[in-house]
Amino acid sequence: MLGYYFFLALRSLRRTRMLTALMVLAIAVGIGASMTTLSVMFLLSGDPLPAKSGKLFFPQLDPSTGATLRHTPMDLLDYTSAHDLWQAHRASRQAMLANAATRVQPTVSGQAPFIVQTLATTSDFFPMFNVPFRYGGAWSAQDEQRAAREVVISSTLNQRLFGGANSVGRDVVINGAQLRVVGVLDDWRPRPRFYMVVGARFSGGDTADLYGPPHDVYLPMPTGIDIAQADMQPFTCWSDGMVDPHHMTTAACAWVGLWVELPDVAARDAYRRFLEDYDDQQRSIGRLTHPKLTRMMSLHEWLDFQQVVPADVKLQTWLAFAFLLICLFNTVGLLLAKFIGRSNEIGVRRALGASRKAIFGQCLVEAGLIGLIGGLFGLFMTVAGIYAIRQQPVAYADLVAVDMPVFVLALALSLGASLLAGVFPAFRASRVAPALQLKVQ
Amino acid sequence: MLKMTHLSKVYRTEVVETYALRDFNIDVNEGEFVAVTGPSGSGKTTFLTIAGLLETFTGGTYHLDGVEVSKLDDNARSRIRNEKIGFIFQAFNLIPDLNVFDNVEVPLRYRGMKAAERKQRIMESLERVGLASRAKHYPAELSGGQQQRVAIARALAGSPRLLLADEPTGNLDTQMARGVMELLEEIHREGATIVMVTHDPELAARAQRNVHVIDGQVVDLAEDPRFHAQVQAGRVNI
Repeated sequence: MLGYYFFLALRSLRRTRMLTALMVLAIAVGIGASMTTLSVMFLLSGDPLPAKSGKLFFPQLDPSTGATLRHTPMDLLDYTSAHDLWQAHRASRQAMLANAATRVQPTVSGQAPFIVQTLATTSDFFPMFNVPFRYGGAWSAQDEQRAAREVVISSTLNQRLFGGANSVGRDVVINGAQLRVVGVLDDWRPRPRFYMVVGARFSGGDTADLYGPPHDVYLPMPTGIDIAQADMQPFTCWSDGMVDPHHMTTAACAWVGLWVELPDVAARDAYRRFLEDYDDQQRSIGRLTHPKLTRMMSLHEWLDFQQVVPADVKLQTWLAFAFLLICLFNTVGLLLAKFIGRSNEIGVRRALGASRKAIFGQCLVEAGLIGLIGGLFGLFMTVAGIYAIRQQPVAYADLVAVDMPVFVLALALSLGASLLAGVFPAFRASRVAPALQLKVQ
Repeated sequence: MLKMTHLSKVYRTEVVETYALRDFNIDVNEGEFVAVTGPSGSGKTTFLTIAGLLETFTGGTYHLDGVEVSKLDDNARSRIRNEKIGFIFQAFNLIPDLNVFDNVEVPLRYRGMKAAERKQRIMESLERVGLASRAKHYPAELSGGQQQRVAIARALAGSPRLLLADEPTGNLDTQMARGVMELLEEIHREGATIVMVTHDPELAARAQRNVHVIDGQVVDLAEDPRFHAQVQAGRVNI
């Protein structure tokens, strides 16, 4: 019977072209708006590292001193705590990292120096976060220990400095120091820049910049401290006097993050105990003075805690779905008018043997067909909406794209929504009293 | 074939009860051609819609082909309508955006018949009413008489045990009405049971038996004073 219902639905839609066009338009606009915002929402709220996110953790404690007690640990650690925890090597991988803004001297004479976002980190950073290399690789642990003048650069910076050629072994001048390129990253665009999400929850939802490109320069932590200590960007400091930026390793500032990779529950439990023991031990020697305040969130938990999805994107998504709901209510009304307008035909069909179930099915297939057509038009609107977003001046604009899951979801949502919209009108149609319709001719 | 005993149909509102049928008794045998006559509002069409399982009744019993139908659910009633009853309406009630072939096909679709058998039955029915050549025409392209013949073909296509006709010639001119009536007589001669509601005493006279309905009841005309009163008031044609 499905084929027959489909045949009847096509005829019915052709007969009432204007009404059909209105319903298709209502669904298409609703689907277009909701799928556009949902595409952005998926993009921004997706798992940035699906293969490993459950194994990556961000240990924290409260290194601050002074009279003010904290309720939660700071987003970053002081250098001593981070270095102690890192050096203990209690996780299968661990990486310290710190933000800096450094000055790069172009290799071509005559070009002006420029500032790049730089990450001082340790060698586990690259394998821990599955960072892809186009040329070369990470520096070795030994080179890191001796603060070798080595650097890893992004493909963007490699393009800018070396025209995209294999620059491994060539020199780059950063903050006046000559560094040898040991690795060039392949195209890498984590969404968001999850490894350094700090203080986002205080930004009032203005987190779009977290979705911008990752760092351009990666320095071994000791090298970074040597050549860019004064350029490090602290999260906060708590000393009474001025902070000397040239002595950040001993400064009363939180500026170093630590990520650890813990493959299983036992390893996580063990690391939590280690973190607490470390905190106890540091308080026992008087370096840490506040009550114990340790925490270790997974990557997922950390991103949720930091509320990385921009507030305006969440709002737009809600509004778009509310709009879809309004479009569906309109469709319910139009379908109701359409089906009840066919009461005579329904009465005849009932007289000739159609059960209520059959009439309900026929009407629902018609609603579904409208939904499918609306969904197809909705896809075009989604493409147009995404094109419009890509023209916006937001950090994630270039990342937004229509992909296959969005296509499938748009059609499924459209079909589901129209079937839902069709349920009540189809039910009403199936309750048309045949006798009344046939008597009143 | 069709037996109603003490059947009643009451329409209730908050303030009033209206009896459309009251203590209605009728027994139609297999192969009979019965005309149901009566003045407007007497309950003829209500009887026909109940007989055709298009409407439920309030009291009494109704046996159709030996089955008591009052307890049947919608699916079962629909199946009986589809398999045992053929309807012919005054206004033809063809579906305007389906062609003649597709209109005749409607009851067969709900029977779940295979395409080849459907096609054979449709063409046989259309040949029987002389419209096989118009299979691809739409109702609007046919005359009133032709439309009613399509409706008859649709009613016959499912080989029903009972044909229910509600003023089948009411919307036709004399010549077309004669043609449709001759067709019904021919169908009856071939063994069909026909119950026809009509105002027209000439048509009623061509049936085997007449049943008169007044005020929702079957009456014996010779003995019922209400009939004579209505004749005198000019409300009934003899």
